[in-house]
Amino acid sequence: MMEITEGSHAVAEAVKFCRPQVIAAYPITPQTHIVEALAEYVANCELDAEYITVENEFSALSACIGASAAGSRTYSATTSQGLALMFEVCFNVAGMRLPIVMSIANRALGAPLSIWNDQQDSISLRDSGWLQFYAEDNQEATDLHYIAYRVAEESSVLLPAFVCFDGFILSHTYEPIDMLTQDDIDRFLPKYTPSERLDAADPISFGMYATPEYYHEFRYEMDRALKESKAIIHKAGKEFGQMFGRDYSAMVEGYRLEDAETAIVALGSICGTTKDAIDEMRDEGKKVGLLKIRVFRPFPTEDVAKALLHVKRVAVLDKNISLGAKGAVTLEVKDALYNSGIPVKGYIIGLGGRDVRKKDIKEIVALVEKGQGDMFYGLRTEVL
Amino acid sequence: MALAVGCRARPGKSRDNKTGSWRVFKPVFDREKCTQCGLCMTLCPEGCVHETEEGFVAPDYTYCKGCGICAEECPGTAIAMKQEEK
Repeated sequence: MMEITEGSHAVAEAVKFCRPQVIAAYPITPQTHIVEALAEYVANCELDAEYITVENEFSALSACIGASAAGSRTYSATTSQGLALMFEVCFNVAGMRLPIVMSIANRALGAPLSIWNDQQDSISLRDSGWLQFYAEDNQEATDLHYIAYRVAEESSVLLPAFVCFDGFILSHTYEPIDMLTQDDIDRFLPKYTPSERLDAADPISFGMYATPEYYHEFRYEMDRALKESKAIIHKAGKEFGQMFGRDYSAMVEGYRLEDAETAIVALGSICGTTKDAIDEMRDEGKKVGLLKIRVFRPFPTEDVAKALLHVKRVAVLDKNISLGAKGAVTLEVKDALYNSGIPVKGYIIGLGGRDVRKKDIKEIVALVEKGQGDMFYGLRTEVL
Repeated sequence: MALAVGCRARPGKSRDNKTGSWRVFKPVFDREKCTQCGLCMTLCPEGCVHETEEGFVAPDYTYCKGCGICAEECPGTAIAMKQEEK
């Protein structure tokens, strides 16, 4: 049923349909509305879950570890500094192979303090072993939660997942959303039944000590599980499409890309603005297209290469910067197209909530056509 | 050690980790000088100094990391730390 809903509230409703048994979270802008809404569902007996109030994000995700290891479907949500405080716990969750799903309402990291959007927070945890989904709009933000649980809990994957959606730009925006029902999700998402769990009658420990003779192999196994999760994502996304009409089988999605000479690569809400800019440029006769990356971890290297091999140049938009190197998405795309001869240029855009408009996308296309890139776009002149 | 998913383990797995391989210096106990006070047994952080059937004390070299606390704390000079040739 179509509803006009705020992004955070739509995500909270989607999470409710996933029937999490334990939720532990700490409020932080711009994620707060999600956990507020979930706390209300629990208080009103609309959701049969244990809602654990904690003193900070480190405790939030630590509580989730215990709950997930005990066999519960577990949920949390955070952003920015909150996610930074979870850094250590994130690696532990992945290493213990606990399929916790966490929403990230993407926000810049301090200092300087900023409550506004970019994607530095989740991108900074790219090496932690969590799957990372990025939503273009709130419809996708809700749907990706169902997919995330399905994939994360698959016995061959058993890895946690971030569902990332841009703070404020999506989290606080009202959009029409086709909300599924509890019955729909019960058909799509089976009950979580782990093969091993914490049990006082049959004790077991998670994430035990590994000597140098074994640690190496544990990281290898996580990497292998992440790479093999690509097939699981495809399967779950396809099945979701067959059931509800929105197909998420592909980890990347082209827009007017088939005959494009210039391709823009991006992830998150900026893809919507980019599509509008592309429509206007197409009207002017410019052959521009978009490749949207929906899944950043595991990175769909082969899919990116396949989708871009016919273009003449690629502009990658990064709402993050690996300081001293390049944007994280740019580095991945350059790797995917290595030896293809196709020039790939990166553009750091929209950090700390700086608006990115259609005219900026057009300006970036003009820059990549001139071969100028691997730069911060739109800097104030006083720093130059 | 088995490569269980998520490095999960049943109780007692720390016994599999033979920490004796970490050792550089080995505590050597001198029965002539030992007064059997038991301080080394109490203070060993690994709990691997034990009483032998003859009533003397001896380290379990399978787990002894060679930290030297027993030698340091011995009120006499019954324990000497000697470099181990491997």
